[in-house]
Formats: sequence, structure tokens, C-alpha cells
Amino acid sequence: MARTPLTGTRIRERRTAQGMRQADLARASGVSPAYLNLIEHNRRRVSEALLERVAAALGLDIEALSEGAEGALFDGLREAASAQGGVAAAAEAERIEEFVGRFPGWAALLAERQARVAALERTVEGFSDRMAQDPFLATTLHEVLSAVTSLRSTAAILVENDQIDPVWRARFHRTIHEESLRLSDTAEALVGYLDTLDEAESGLSSPQEEVEAWLAKHGFHLAVLENARAPDPEAMIAGVPELASSAARTLAAEHIARAHADAQALPLGPFVHALAEDGPDPARLAARFGAPLPRVFRRLASLPAAAGQPPIGLVICDGSGSFTFRRPMPGFSVPRFGAGCPLWPLYEALSRPMQPIRAVIEVAGRVPQRYLSYAVCQPVLPGGFDGPQVLEALMLMLPAPPERSLPERAVGVSCRICPRIACPARREPSIVT
Amino acid sequence: MRGKHIVLIEDEPNIAEAISFILSREGVRVTHSASGAGALALLQTAHPDVLVLDLMLPDRSGLEILAELRAVPALAALPVLMLTARGQHRDREAAERAGASAFLAKPFANADLLAAVRGLARGGA
Repeated sequence: MARTPLTGTRIRERRTAQGMRQADLARASGVSPAYLNLIEHNRRRVSEALLERVAAALGLDIEALSEGAEGALFDGLREAASAQGGVAAAAEAERIEEFVGRFPGWAALLAERQARVAALERTVEGFSDRMAQDPFLATTLHEVLSAVTSLRSTAAILVENDQIDPVWRARFHRTIHEESLRLSDTAEALVGYLDTLDEAESGLSSPQEEVEAWLAKHGFHLAVLENARAPDPEAMIAGVPELASSAARTLAAEHIARAHADAQALPLGPFVHALAEDGPDPARLAARFGAPLPRVFRRLASLPAAAGQPPIGLVICDGSGSFTFRRPMPGFSVPRFGAGCPLWPLYEALSRPMQPIRAVIEVAGRVPQRYLSYAVCQPVLPGGFDGPQVLEALMLMLPAPPERSLPERAVGVSCRICPRIACPARREPSIVT
Repeated sequence: MRGKHIVLIEDEPNIAEAISFILSREGVRVTHSASGAGALALLQTAHPDVLVLDLMLPDRSGLEILAELRAVPALAALPVLMLTARGQHRDREAAERAGASAFLAKPFANADLLAAVRGLARGGA
């Protein structure tokens, strides 16, 4: 497994790239060479103040030395620590960085095992739900119990009553025959039903994750949808290994239909041109194309990768707050299960439909990451004017501008792994001290 | 139990037939209904000593019928033996709340059915 670059490692890499001696950097940063050596080998945590001095001494932005792509690995390890319940106290959550630095292979393995355990737990929950709620299983179980009840009572009557009227005897023999056939048919139907549940339906990853994995493979851009001709969703998803479950294929087909409509309403050439002229301001783009904001959000998050284009993240949730779409932003991992930070503008938008919200969010971490977020919630009435109002909120994320003109909101990823211990919106204790 | 009258509401014809046979041999008169529709009217005219009621009926839930008959003063004290298809704790609790006098989980032994009906017909729940 590849070694994960860490803060200490990055400091060492940047220092050696500049040909600077360790002693010189230590002196410029106000620490002893021995202490800097420990930091560079990820054996000591580096405070934010010191990291700023080190970055300044190296002539770099602090972000260049801070937690980035490996954030997901840290999140995975924190999840592993938090998932152990009472054992969590034994896991030194505050020394994760040192652990990753010294044992990157083991750390990656543990994070991968944690993801696997979480997936298997989902599978168990899925089977449990299926057992409890599946109408076919419920009906079949009822049929089996009815047939067995009838067989047991009838057989007992025949065995326990020697002097039974021949007409009744014949009737009960017929009952036993009928119920045996019913039991046999039910068993056959049950086996057939269980056979159709292919392994992919086992929920090892959720249908949504399957779709996201498929989109991630394409950089969240499906070039064929730029054509005016309606796409053939079945042809697009046939044989795609990531879309293993039928639920994922259904979601993928829905995504294709919506993304095609977005692409046709906001044609690639003019949209990219407008983006270059106006910048990635969703409201300006929406006004220019006469498109609703959610469409512009989705279009921005599905553009082809181009040189110089900033990374874009998008999170969509429904009225219950459940994520329905996640395009991750580098350094910002959206939780796989459960809800995100309640302070995200996404949730604020959900409670204030039709009111756009722009805010710079500062996501808690070893070194906080800043993003420019746009959030909006648009109610729709798919069932007609009197039908239920269905809410969908979207949060677009872009790199934060260097100037700090906008008020910044302190948020986290999710409460369990958020270091903002005194956060007034906290819903559960954090495992990060 | 000779001379007692029992109403049996059970949609499975073969189970109903077996129960009717078992009780009839003890001298019990059995009136059978295969559905929950009209159950209340039947009970009000039949004046049974015991009701044997299936929980899982195709048209109405046995619990619904039970709650309804408990609200009728003339039937409020009628002993009711509830047949639960699953025999699960959850079903029993719901039936208890609705006013069932006794329970029998399917599949049951004929002797248990007889003992339960006999107990209820004597006035013991």
C-alpha cells in the first residue's frame, strides 16, 4: 500500500525540495532541530501556530502542509475508534496522525476493514428489514404456518381417533394431501424467491454508493448526455460493474434522465463560456440561462474536468435530511451513514425553502479547511398542486476565496468526529479530543 | 363442554374443519365464519359461550374485531381465544391490549386447543 503523505512528511518533502537544512528550518520556526525531526517523522503533533511558522519559513500557504487527501483515511480511523463502543477509550484517537505516519499500511488496512464492517452491518440491517417487512416473506410464512397447523391438527385427529366415520376419514386424508401440496408449492416458491436475490442485492454498498462510484469513475461527467438525442439509459448502464444491484440501476437511470435534461437546458459550450465570463456564481448563471438554481448547481457539478477549473463538490438531501447525492470535495468527506453537521448551510436551506444562502464554511480538522458554499432548497409538487410538497436541498462547494470578506461559519463533518467539543449544535459526544 | 356454543372465525378452511371436528366430538356446537365481515352481527345473534378468533384474517384484522366487540356491552365479557399465526410476543401484547382472554399459537396441539376452550367455557380466562 502507498504511504500516505502527512503533515510531518510534507514538511520534510517541502524542506528538502527547497534544499533547506533541518537545523535552518528549525531555527526559523523557533523550535529545536531534534523537535522538528520528531515532527518530520510524524512522531509529534504540530500545533497550528507552529505549522504557520513552518509554512512561513518555507514560503508556503499553511494549506499546503495541512491535512488534505488523507482526510478520508483519518475519518475512517476515527470511525473505527468510535464504532468500538466501550473499547473506544482504548483507541488513542488523538494519536491517529502518528499512527498513520508510522504504520501507513496497517492504518489503511484498519480503515478499509472499518468500511467493510460498516457495509456488513448494513447488510445485516437490510436482511433484518427484509425479514420483517418483505410482503412476500410475510405471506409465505403465513402460508407455511397455516399449512403446518392444518396438517398437525388433521394428522392428530386421524392418529388419535380409531373409530372415525369413513366420510370424515376420507375428508381428512384429502386435507393432508391438499396441505402437503400447498407446503410443497410454498417451499418451491420460497426457494425460487431466494434464488433471485443475487449477491449484489445484499447491500454491501448502498445503491446510492454504487451510483456515486460509477459517476466518480467518469469524473461525474457523462459525455454522451451532451448530445441532443435522448440517451438510452439501459445501454449506458448495462454491464457496468459498479451498478450491481437493480436499485442502483434504477437510480442511475433516473440520474441519466435528469442530467440529460440539465445538459440540454444548459448547453456545454455556452455554459462554459458564461462560466469563464461570470465566474462560478450560480445565481448569475441561473439568470443568464433562465434556469432554476438547482439545475445550475447540478450542471456545475457535472462539467468535464478542464484545466484551471476549480474542484466542485455537491451534496443533495431530501426533506428528511438524508443524502441523495454526494460529489465529494477534496479534503471534505461527506459521511457515508447518518447525517452531516447540523450547521451546514444545506440544512439551513432545507428550513428556508427558496432562500439562497452563500457562506464560507470552515470545516473543523487538524488544520481547518475553508470552502465557499452555496445552498438552496426548492420545493416541488410532483403529485400536482394539492399533492405533497417534496423538498430537496442542495449545497455546492467551491474553494474559498483568499480574501475573508464573507462571514465564516465554523462547521464540522459530523458530530462523532468533530473536534468542536463545545459546539451548541452537538447531538452526540465526539471521539476526537 | 357438552351443549356449549362456540363461534369460530377462521379463514383457512382446513384448519376450521379440524377445529370444528375436534370441538364437535366434545359435544360443542360450532358456528363457523370464514371472514371478519359481519362478525359483530353474527356474535350478537349467536350468543356464543366462547369466540375462537384468528388474528390474521384476509379482510379484517382479528384485533380490530376484538376491539369492536369489547365496545359492545353485551359482548364485553365474552371469552375470546385468539389464534396467532406467528405466536410472537408482539402479537400477544397487542391482543392482550385489545382484550383477548387467552392465546394459542399456530401450529397447536389439539389437546391444547381443547384445554383452552374448555377453560374459557367454564368461565376461567
